[in-house]
Amino acid sequence: MWNSKRLILAHFWFAFAGFGIALLLGEWQMFIRSPLAAWISDPDLYYRSVTAHGTTMAYVLPTLVAMGFGYFVTEQALKRPMIGLHWAWLGWGLAVLGTISAIVPVALGRASVLYTFYPPMVGNAFYYIGIVLVVLGSWIWVALMAVNLYRWKRDNPGAPVPFPMFATVAGAYLWGWTAVGAALELLFQIMPVALGWRDTIDAGLARVFFSWTLHAIVYFWLMPTYIAYYTIVPRAIGGRLFSDTMGRIAFALFLVAAMPIGIHHAFEDPQVGAGFKYLHSVFTGVVAIPTLLTVFTICASVEIAGRLRGGRGVLGWLKALPWLNPAMLGTALSFVMLGFGGAGGLINMSYQLDATIHNTQWVTGHFHLIFAGAIVIMYFVIAYDIWPHLTGRALGCFGLMRAQLWLWGIGMIVLTFPWHWVGILGMPRRMAFYDYTNPALASLAMPVIMSVIGGAILVVSGALLFLVLLRGQFAPRSEPEAYRFSVAVRPPHRVPAALNGMGLWVGLMIALTIVNYGFPIAHAIATPGTAVPAVMVGERP
Amino acid sequence: MSEERVAALRNRWFTTSIGITAAITLVGFVVGFLWLPLSHPSDRFRGAWDAICSAAGLLNKPSSSEQIVTANYPTTRVEVIPHMLDSADAVSIGRGATLALRCTMCHGARGLSQANSPNLAGQYPIVIYKQLMDFKTGARGSAVMAPLVADLTASDMRDLAAYYAYLPRITDSGTGRSMPRIVASGAPLRGIAPCGACHGEVGAKAGAAWLEGQPVAYLHTQLEAFASNARHNDIDEQMRNVARAMTPQEIDAASRYYAEHP
Repeated sequence: MWNSKRLILAHFWFAFAGFGIALLLGEWQMFIRSPLAAWISDPDLYYRSVTAHGTTMAYVLPTLVAMGFGYFVTEQALKRPMIGLHWAWLGWGLAVLGTISAIVPVALGRASVLYTFYPPMVGNAFYYIGIVLVVLGSWIWVALMAVNLYRWKRDNPGAPVPFPMFATVAGAYLWGWTAVGAALELLFQIMPVALGWRDTIDAGLARVFFSWTLHAIVYFWLMPTYIAYYTIVPRAIGGRLFSDTMGRIAFALFLVAAMPIGIHHAFEDPQVGAGFKYLHSVFTGVVAIPTLLTVFTICASVEIAGRLRGGRGVLGWLKALPWLNPAMLGTALSFVMLGFGGAGGLINMSYQLDATIHNTQWVTGHFHLIFAGAIVIMYFVIAYDIWPHLTGRALGCFGLMRAQLWLWGIGMIVLTFPWHWVGILGMPRRMAFYDYTNPALASLAMPVIMSVIGGAILVVSGALLFLVLLRGQFAPRSEPEAYRFSVAVRPPHRVPAALNGMGLWVGLMIALTIVNYGFPIAHAIATPGTAVPAVMVGERP
Repeated sequence: MSEERVAALRNRWFTTSIGITAAITLVGFVVGFLWLPLSHPSDRFRGAWDAICSAAGLLNKPSSSEQIVTANYPTTRVEVIPHMLDSADAVSIGRGATLALRCTMCHGARGLSQANSPNLAGQYPIVIYKQLMDFKTGARGSAVMAPLVADLTASDMRDLAAYYAYLPRITDSGTGRSMPRIVASGAPLRGIAPCGACHGEVGAKAGAAWLEGQPVAYLHTQLEAFASNARHNDIDEQMRNVARAMTPQEIDAASRYYAEHP
């Protein structure tokens, strides 16, 4: 049945290799901007590093992990060989080629535009071509997920689609649609300028297109994590999934409500009306519902595990949980970071409150806590869980795994909590240089140093990750037992058709996108005189 | 076992999910496009339709009581876009060389000045073209330059720009002087971007002049002219805002650095 082990390993190794380099860059950025280092006097080097760090962490790592894990789920959940292996390798190849194409101009200082592009800044065309190639590679994955589900349903009419596959395809469709925004921005706004065909750019329209991608991409990053919560964690800790139906509803809601909310990233942009900003705020609130459903379902599933292990009383089941199990530990740390990050997110999504922290280090702290913290720690848990099944060699070093996860959780909190704090004090983000000798900035020095220490802890954790995985790669061969996903307390024998396919939810996703984005985009296109001269980045006389 | 149809009115999942989504959207619209705007009355709109248009982001015409602020001096008419005037042919450079004979008294035979006038050799063509045009329209004032450019056409200015851009720049004297902080990092707390981010060393931006090797007296004078608003042909006031916030020591340091660091 297995024909994609090497494919999946290739995805994970490439993702983690990029992650390792970008992690070191991140810590270097923290250090040279801090009072601990003398200023390097070259902001360009700093922005090259920020662009490489962001591009790798935001596009390469999560996309490759989602793709690799998606292929794993396809074979293991549908229990048959995956269709389209050659296409999948092509997708991986495009992602690798795209990453190299994007990173070379960044390293040469020709595309220091940060991963969010920031028009009217425009960098070297190969940077954008690289991003497009990565997206094209991931769209092959989206298509393969759809084809595999379709063929399985055709061969198993009326049977419930295994929940891991349902969730994976939901994530794939979400990405397929949300990437369209950035693709439109790149193809119609940025690349014509980067290729020298045009000299002006409608920065407002480009930003609206990017916001189409910018928030739902976070939920795309989140999908492997949530799939792991539902389908790996309950089994790994000896429990059961509390509700299969609740899981399906949560993923369906993510598909519908994660998309039409991105304009909350453009609250301070004048080209979008306040009414649409409000509407996007409302749906940002709605997307909290599937997260809360997930928190409830997973806590209930964990409680089941605790009680099956002999836990009694209101809180006694907590003590009975297998805290030494990496999946348990990773999930607990992930939930802590998700809780704090989510609470901060409520401030970001509020029109008025956002004004107090907009473009400050608070925002950097927020998305690191949610993405690099709550989400990425579960990527590690996923890797630890599936690695023996990919390599045919056991991962025996549970102590190292626990140390790695603890250090990641602690490091991320030590990194991001001071960032939130200095953000409230007004420290702007995306700045290369801070003069801490100025009395107005002196109070920032200590929290910034704490963040550097947090980053250093993360680097140690990253090194442990590679140690664990490499040791696993060279451990003696041992055939693991068949892979299992979590089983629900009441395994589904029949599910409503609406929760056995994506049609309804994809339809609602597209309809809401048209309602929430149609007018702002049409208005920006129709308004004359909005194009401004592009600012070419990295050109040297 | 065939599946039930999802897209059917008798399917409660279908009707309920669409109903709830539509209800949230509708309530959001009513609150965001009517209730909130109308509860913050403004003389920019009156009535429900105005409120909806405003919330949708449609631009209202300014009321007659609002004055549109215009500058009381001529402003530049040159819109600088990247790569403009990048490609010049030999004919254009040759014409420029002939036209430049009238400039040699101050700017030197090969574009290198001995008289504290700016060096033009190797300057970006966009910069030369814009300054010539600004001298002609009065956006940049100069008793010396104004009569000299009065009879130049836009085509003449492009040729002059091509010629000076073609001339070799002053070569590096290898002083190796380290960048002062104002050039390398600016002064973020006063809203000053690093000089080097636009004018060379760190980066280059379209429209910003190549400053290295320019006479110190010229650089000093121009920064002071921007600070006092005597020079105002930077359309977005980017140089005036920077120069106003610079201390005399920073003006001195930046001018000396660029003058001594060709």
